Amino acid sequence: MNLLKLSWKNLTNKPLAMLLSLVLFALGVGLISFLFLVNSQINDKFEKNLAGIDLVIGAKGSPLQLILSSMYHIDAPTGNITIKNVMPYLNAKNPYIKMAVPLSLGDSYRGYRIVGTSANLLELYQAKVRTGRSFRDVMEVLAGAGAAEELGLKIGSTFQSSHGLIEDANLVHGGHPFKVVGILKPSGAAIDQLLLTPAQSIWEVHEHAGMGTPAPAVEEEATAVDSLAEEHAEATKQMGTMALTNQEDDHLNEDHEHGKPQMQSIINYPDKEITSLLLQFNGHNIMTLNLQRMINQNTKMQAATPAIEITRLYSLMGVGQDALSWLAFIIMAVSGLSIFISLYSSLSERRYELALMRTMGASPGKLFAMIILEGLLLATLGYGLGLLISHFGMELLAGEMKAAYRYTFTGLTFLPEELYLLFGALGLGFIAAVIPAIQARNTDISKTLAEG
Amino acid sequence: MLETKQLAFSYDEKKGMNFPDFSLQKGEHCLLLGQSGSGKTTLLHLLGGLLSPSQGSIRIGDTELGQLRASALDHFRGKNIGIIFQKSHFVRALTIGENMALAQQLAGLKPDRERIMELLDRLNITEKFRLKPDRLSVGEQQRAAIARALINQAPIILADEPTSALDDHNAEEVIQLLEEQASVLGSTLLVVTHDKRLKDRFPKQITL
Repeated sequence: MNLLKLSWKNLTNKPLAMLLSLVLFALGVGLISFLFLVNSQINDKFEKNLAGIDLVIGAKGSPLQLILSSMYHIDAPTGNITIKNVMPYLNAKNPYIKMAVPLSLGDSYRGYRIVGTSANLLELYQAKVRTGRSFRDVMEVLAGAGAAEELGLKIGSTFQSSHGLIEDANLVHGGHPFKVVGILKPSGAAIDQLLLTPAQSIWEVHEHAGMGTPAPAVEEEATAVDSLAEEHAEATKQMGTMALTNQEDDHLNEDHEHGKPQMQSIINYPDKEITSLLLQFNGHNIMTLNLQRMINQNTKMQAATPAIEITRLYSLMGVGQDALSWLAFIIMAVSGLSIFISLYSSLSERRYELALMRTMGASPGKLFAMIILEGLLLATLGYGLGLLISHFGMELLAGEMKAAYRYTFTGLTFLPEELYLLFGALGLGFIAAVIPAIQARNTDISKTLAEG
Repeated sequence: MLETKQLAFSYDEKKGMNFPDFSLQKGEHCLLLGQSGSGKTTLLHLLGGLLSPSQGSIRIGDTELGQLRASALDHFRGKNIGIIFQKSHFVRALTIGENMALAQQLAGLKPDRERIMELLDRLNITEKFRLKPDRLSVGEQQRAAIARALINQAPIILADEPTSALDDHNAEEVIQLLEEQASVLGSTLLVVTHDKRLKDRFPKQITL
């Protein structure tokens, strides 16, 4: 019967009395550890996706929305820009631009976003092809690891894209099957969840959609759009509910033939549209510093700096996180108080047996240590339970978050912060137990026994 | 074995208590009688080292209690003095057997299951080994308390009103066991009581 076992038996002798303290403690620890987990994983995702991008050019609108949709693929795009307007930045000879990656967004396949882009997107994210090869021609798809796995895509798989970023059988673009030619290695960045294809594929799908068939009469807008392929392309990119074709039309469209165009650089299509352009500068100088202001003031486009927008997003989220952290610390403090109260009140019940232990030869220090150990045991138990709650909760939530944001989260990682949290928990257990322990140490044996 | 000299104790300045000098031989049994408030329990606590006298000395064997430092006194008490109280108390979270083992460990001895079983057997409560103290009747609890006081073969057994909470039958049984077991171990036994039922059992008596 060592001291630890004795403390343990004392705790478990009245499990209900300690339950409240334990649950509170576990909740506090769980909440803090959960915040750690969410924070670190979100930061991690944001950082990975920054990928050294200095500027994003897109249609006017919310800069944050532009960043979120173009870099993190979690919001709707702001609109489209015409290639001729960004031509200077696409020019490989531009001395200030290290890399320019066009993006055409707005379509998806079973909820996974199809991104029309160029091959240097892979370079930007340092993504590597795992199997197959990168896209070389129109309608070829290089699938992100996560998307390929979830959608069950393999080399040679074909699928039809759907208009908009949510799954909707009524918005399927008929007659233009995409073909998977390669699958990427997992990187942990947003690219894992994307289906990459040349920007030309997106134009292809939209320009030819519904061409052989009149659009449904009820869709006036659609009819109008139908006559102007380019406007059509723009309209389809606007996140909306416009139905261009329906399922039956798609079947009619399947026999529609079109000549496969030779794929050329998008520079050759000045009148086509893309959603946004990701820019990496060749070092920073006055030109690049002024570029953003210049674009915002003098053009119908907008330019946004990822770092600034993400900092803004952090500060927005920060308020909620601060509130949650405060809540967690208050719960911790209350649980500390609860441990103190339950130990203290158990002492008055146990004062006779403490005196008895002294008559049997226990030193005051031993009684002190016994009570401290009870506090530490409770803290450790609460810590373990709290971690279980947070990691289990995170794992449960990971599924939901993945469905909502196409980001993978996990509850199965442990952070160094959680080790500090253990020390914090033990410290709190100690502090909560120290006054009762001093009380136990100072037990007046004779007086207590005489009262007995 | 046990010897007191000019022992006095005061809880506060006004009310002091003086105790008669007495000495007990090894193996001697003695009854300490006195009215309520005469300082019986105080004397017992002084002898057990639970209180320090304001003057005078207590010698147990070769040891002067007043000369032991706090932790040494705790250790000495655990090893050499077994105390039985009016109401038996145990560590409630532990079974009777674990309480016995705890008594051995706190005295710095190794828990000895055989010795515990043997003692419980002699006191006829073997089957209570695995029970928590609150599952025992008052008489059984008092017997278990005796077992605990005897477990370390302490040379001195002090009993504070061991029978006053018990009915005649249990009181008889408990005092008989106490005497028997003290004799078996050769321990010096001092029983503090105002219980008239015990008066005739002990030839040696001290009255306060």
